[in-house]
Amino acid sequence: MSLFDYFRDRKKPASTASMAKERLQIIVAHERGQRSQPDYLPRLQQEIIDVISKYVKIDRDQVHVALDNQDDCSILELNITLPERL
Amino acid sequence: MAKIIVVTSGKGGVGKTTTSAAIGTGLALRGFKTVIVDFDVGLRNLDLIMGCERRVVYDFVNLINGDSNLNQTLIKDKRSDNLYILPASQTRDKDALTQEGVEKVLEELKQTFDYIVCDSPAGIEKGAHLAMYFADEAVVVTNPEVSSVRDSDRMLGLLSSKSRRAESGEKIKEHLLLTRYNPARVENGEMLSVSDVEDILSIPLLGVIPESQAVLKASNQGVPVIMDEQSDAGQAYGDAVDRLLGEEKPHRFLEAQKKSLLQRLFGGR
Repeated sequence: MSLFDYFRDRKKPASTASMAKERLQIIVAHERGQRSQPDYLPRLQQEIIDVISKYVKIDRDQVHVALDNQDDCSILELNITLPERL
Repeated sequence: MAKIIVVTSGKGGVGKTTTSAAIGTGLALRGFKTVIVDFDVGLRNLDLIMGCERRVVYDFVNLINGDSNLNQTLIKDKRSDNLYILPASQTRDKDALTQEGVEKVLEELKQTFDYIVCDSPAGIEKGAHLAMYFADEAVVVTNPEVSSVRDSDRMLGLLSSKSRRAESGEKIKEHLLLTRYNPARVENGEMLSVSDVEDILSIPLLGVIPESQAVLKASNQGVPVIMDEQSDAGQAYGDAVDRLLGEEKPHRFLEAQKKSLLQRLFGGR
């Protein structure tokens, strides 16, 4: 590191506080999103998985249930990836 | 009408008990009849911070179970005639607290006290839930540090969904109290600033308590830090109590103390 860099670094320390703030904003927004979902969502997901597994062998991770609230209308989004046919 | 204030945080070690002791004492010194209730069953510590650990005879669980009455159980503070402490049980576990039992005791306390300060245990389990369930106002104690801020946000979510007020469509009045704040580190970009934390949690700021040697000194002696009126932390808690009572006061101790050249040379504080 040159002498010049030494002075430049001292003037502008990399702020760990701003990293902390950025990370917090992301995780907190994510967790608030989950919080606003109704309690029954995990059970709903489980029952959907149970029904589908009666007919097709699927992976738990391949089922996504999400509830979106837009103004006065809620959208239940169901996304199931079926296994490839052999 | 009695007000129930819960001091909560989610995360442990951020200063809940220190804050409960300070706020409770501050309210009592301002003339309000106040009781501080320790909800940390199994790990009671409020008695030590308040300096009345050797006067505990009966506790919260005894009171709930009817083994003792209110007069026998409450400990009167030696410093203020308006201040009482209700100690937690040290030998029982959390399940000894029931919602009906807590409600009954709080209703009884409401008859005689202006303020009931509930010192919540860490975590989000039964003790913490019951400490906040009946609250009218909440002081959310937060350190300028990632895990504490996240836990506080989680706690805010619980306050607005799993409390009696929330269940009846009302709102608990929320206050942010930022503790262990180090302005010098904030200026160096090493610590989240007051406005950073306010931005993330977006609840009104009750006060900022600077990281201070006075806090440890006070707890060593069993004296609430608010009694140390010479100290920065004591004054900051005093301001916070005034704001809790509706006074508007500017926030202090947000800037780092500049050291003079002589202080730097000789390492003085």
